[in-house]
Amino acid sequence: MTGRIVAVYGNMVIAEAPGQVVKNSVGYCCRSDGARLLCEVIRIRGRLTDLQVFEETRGLKVGDPVEFQKALLSVTLGPGLLGQIFDGLQNPLPQLAEKVGFFLEPGQYLPGLPLDRKWQFTPTAEVGQSVRPGQQLGTVPEGIFAHQIMAPFGLRESWRLESLSPAGEYTVDQEIATIINDSGEKRSVTMQQDWPVKVPLSVARRRLMPTDPLVTQVRIIDTMFPIVRGGTYCIPGPFGAGKTVLQQLTSRYAEVDVVIIAACGERAGEVVETIREFPTLTDPRTGKPLMERTIIICNTSAMPVAAREASVYTAATLGEYYRQMGLNVLLLADSTSRWAQAMREISGRLEEIPGDEAFPAYLESRIAGFYERAGQLELHSGEIGSLTIGGTVSPAGGNFEEPVTQGTLKVVGAFHGLSRARSDARRYPAIDPLESWTKYKGIIEPEKVARLRQLLRRGNEVQQMMTVVGEEGTSIEDFTTALKADFFDSVYLQQNAFDKVDAATPADRQKFVFDRVLGVCETPFEFATKDNARRAMVEVSDLFRNWNFAAQDSDEYKRILGDIEGFMEKHSAAEAANV
Amino acid sequence: MRKYYDHITRIAGNVVTVTASGIGYDELAILSGEKGSSLAQVIHLESDQVSLQVFSGTEGVSTGDRVRFLARPMQVPFSDQLLGRVFDGSGRPRDDRPQVEAEMINIGGPAVNPIRRRMPDQMVHTGIPMIDIFNSLVESQKLPIFSVAGEPYNELLARVGLQAKADVIILGGMGLRHDDYLKFRTAFEEGGVLGRSIMFVHTAADPVVEALIVPDLCLAVGEQFALQGKKVLVLLTDMTAFADALKEIAIIMEQIPSNRGYPGDLYTQMARRYEKAVDFDGAGSMTTLACVTMPGDDVTHPVPDNTGYITEGQFYLRNGRIEPFGSLSRLKQQVNGKTRDDHRAIMDSCIQLYAQCRESREKRDMGFEMSEWDDRLLKYGERFEKQIMDLSVNIPLFEALDRCWEILADCFEPAEIGIRRSIIEAHWPKELATEDAA
Repeated sequence: MTGRIVAVYGNMVIAEAPGQVVKNSVGYCCRSDGARLLCEVIRIRGRLTDLQVFEETRGLKVGDPVEFQKALLSVTLGPGLLGQIFDGLQNPLPQLAEKVGFFLEPGQYLPGLPLDRKWQFTPTAEVGQSVRPGQQLGTVPEGIFAHQIMAPFGLRESWRLESLSPAGEYTVDQEIATIINDSGEKRSVTMQQDWPVKVPLSVARRRLMPTDPLVTQVRIIDTMFPIVRGGTYCIPGPFGAGKTVLQQLTSRYAEVDVVIIAACGERAGEVVETIREFPTLTDPRTGKPLMERTIIICNTSAMPVAAREASVYTAATLGEYYRQMGLNVLLLADSTSRWAQAMREISGRLEEIPGDEAFPAYLESRIAGFYERAGQLELHSGEIGSLTIGGTVSPAGGNFEEPVTQGTLKVVGAFHGLSRARSDARRYPAIDPLESWTKYKGIIEPEKVARLRQLLRRGNEVQQMMTVVGEEGTSIEDFTTALKADFFDSVYLQQNAFDKVDAATPADRQKFVFDRVLGVCETPFEFATKDNARRAMVEVSDLFRNWNFAAQDSDEYKRILGDIEGFMEKHSAAEAANV
Repeated sequence: MRKYYDHITRIAGNVVTVTASGIGYDELAILSGEKGSSLAQVIHLESDQVSLQVFSGTEGVSTGDRVRFLARPMQVPFSDQLLGRVFDGSGRPRDDRPQVEAEMINIGGPAVNPIRRRMPDQMVHTGIPMIDIFNSLVESQKLPIFSVAGEPYNELLARVGLQAKADVIILGGMGLRHDDYLKFRTAFEEGGVLGRSIMFVHTAADPVVEALIVPDLCLAVGEQFALQGKKVLVLLTDMTAFADALKEIAIIMEQIPSNRGYPGDLYTQMARRYEKAVDFDGAGSMTTLACVTMPGDDVTHPVPDNTGYITEGQFYLRNGRIEPFGSLSRLKQQVNGKTRDDHRAIMDSCIQLYAQCRESREKRDMGFEMSEWDDRLLKYGERFEKQIMDLSVNIPLFEALDRCWEILADCFEPAEIGIRRSIIEAHWPKELATEDAA
């Protein structure tokens, strides 16, 4: 069906449609030079439909034709997604670069999956068996995984497997099976299928309560504010507080099967870093390039804004697809504020009544809907898959009292708030240990964590008191408490992202170091003077810091451990002498 | 055949609406009447009503004026002849020399495919220790200088321009005072770089819409030079004037304002310009340094706030110094690991100690007793400010690092500065160490 453009305003086009129009279906605005610009129906008023165009609208004219289609905005699912770099609409960027060069010309689209690549298919289902939506029909090897080829997720009635191709090499668009329903209707099944991005994909026996800790190897997260597989968390913080570095670290070291990075409306340079570095990095768990378990969705701030809105949904859908195979998936969205701003821009053009800070009234429900796509599922096959979503938030002015941060805090399970004060003092990761919280249980007993958290709180109080009454007005006990809190902060909570060893601390090492740190913090040192106290704590901090830089079980590591034990002995001996 | 449209239905602010058909979005037009002619750009199409933003403003525009559409977006000539020239916000020569005749290129072109960007890894040496050591500027970086009126931000911009060894320097002035424009000109002339610089200058007296075009002109021209393999440095001052011009147009177009009257797409509009900074894989690069004046010295104001989220860091210029706190170059990690092995350690340690020094100062100002440690911090802070932070310090990187070590060794013991042992052993100034031992 073809309509006509009646108005153009920014990335909004109003078109007149002669017949039936489906909301959220896609269409193409046809520019007079032949370019076809993808768009989505976002509102229908009588004969007029409002379309958001996923490209620059430069050159569109009143009267230009619009081709309406029935399908909703969808992504293609199938083998070959891993390792790819897509834009927000699943166009593979490397292939686009080959085709059109340095720039992203409007109206250029490519299929998301490689069509010419052949996959070694191994059938696993039996002809004649009943077929559920998402039923495994066979597998193909994709990187380190056996990629499950699944029946269409959208099947409704009951279907049976009528035929299944034998083992062999197939491309994604070749038929590998046919299924038939009770009324004799036949459907052909290929290795790829489409799924609308705004509809959650979740075919499972039941949804589980997420409890398995997801180890990110960032100490302050795993120890103090843990996250779990299938959970959600958010990282709000002012600019320059290190959100993106934290996300990059997590994408490298988190213990999950698949990582999806959604660079949404952020700097291109940061994505380039990931794109260039990941192929050269090896996954410590598999020895394969990290890229083989990663998908990058890249819709940077200079790319069209409507596609930015779609990009987080594209990422979530791809994550859900791999979850259906019983894998643990981590989706990192950076930043959800840009996504919310994209909604705001579109809402403004639609002249909807604005809510807080001109964000649309449905902002909170959209945020909630997005994070609810996370979860741990017990699949029909009995396997367990999870999708964890971590989103950064970029609040205006670093003030958390703004709609996007508040809307997010209501729905996530952990809050890693970054603070300007910590980043200014170069205390990275700048997660505020007093403000942040989590609802999940991690790798270290909560009771021990609570004790050190109490120490931090107490240390902070003493610090504040000291700014009023000065050091001389502070008792030596209080002063030592403040020093201990600072010690815990500087040798454990802070971590050097640019040091090979310190950048990632595995769970076992964290537990081991944590106990040592706890030991120091709970030793009742009896220092004679404040200068003694400071000197001793400087000494032990220096030891632990160097210990963090030493590779696990290296000579250096053992030597420093010996020094630390020596320090502890010396001080407990001094204590004994005092008594 | 030239077709004119003369049915003007609305004139409001800088926007004129005319009845016309078959007009493309973003197309350029010429509005001519008794007061002369001006360029205008299509910003809204609705059935046969075409809204245009008029570059030279609408004062004196009459309903009897005529509009001719050019069937192309805004363009700028591009060739080597641009070097050494000065233009205004509409691309007309400002230096009494003839118009440049060359191939025309579109401004505001599409975004670069991230795949065709490379990781920047070349440091831009500025001779300013606060930049070189603590927040190294990197080729292809986009970095704003956050400042307030009265600070020497334009001087800083000019100094970086002179010392940065770029092939082409492009200055975009928005709402620039005429004196400032002349200052830049003189600085470039005296520095001997005028022959490889291009200026697009919109002064405070010029029509406001032209301020909107200036960044696009600069970046389109810069991009072409970068594609030819050149290293381009774009200096923009002041982006707050650009944002205010956006606000003005948005309000006239009755857009719903989001924050302090700025349009909801402020972030996107600025990002599209800043993101033009690029290091092409297989061609040259474009580095952007922009000045952002913060109204009321408030960094949470929408303009600096949105800018901070777009750019790769920011420099705070306050009291004539680049503030060590808050200033950040996000790309510094790409280069500062390859300069000298102590670069990063010095960078972290000096700032941490300086932060502690500030705390000690607060204590002192409140009249508390100073411990021996506080005294040493105070001594350190004073030397650090004088020998490193001062903007007049102009020394190369390695010399600056050595100077930091000297200051540290003068004030502290090796274990107190939080630097790992191996680096201390290699760099702790030798003669001082032996003195201590003796």
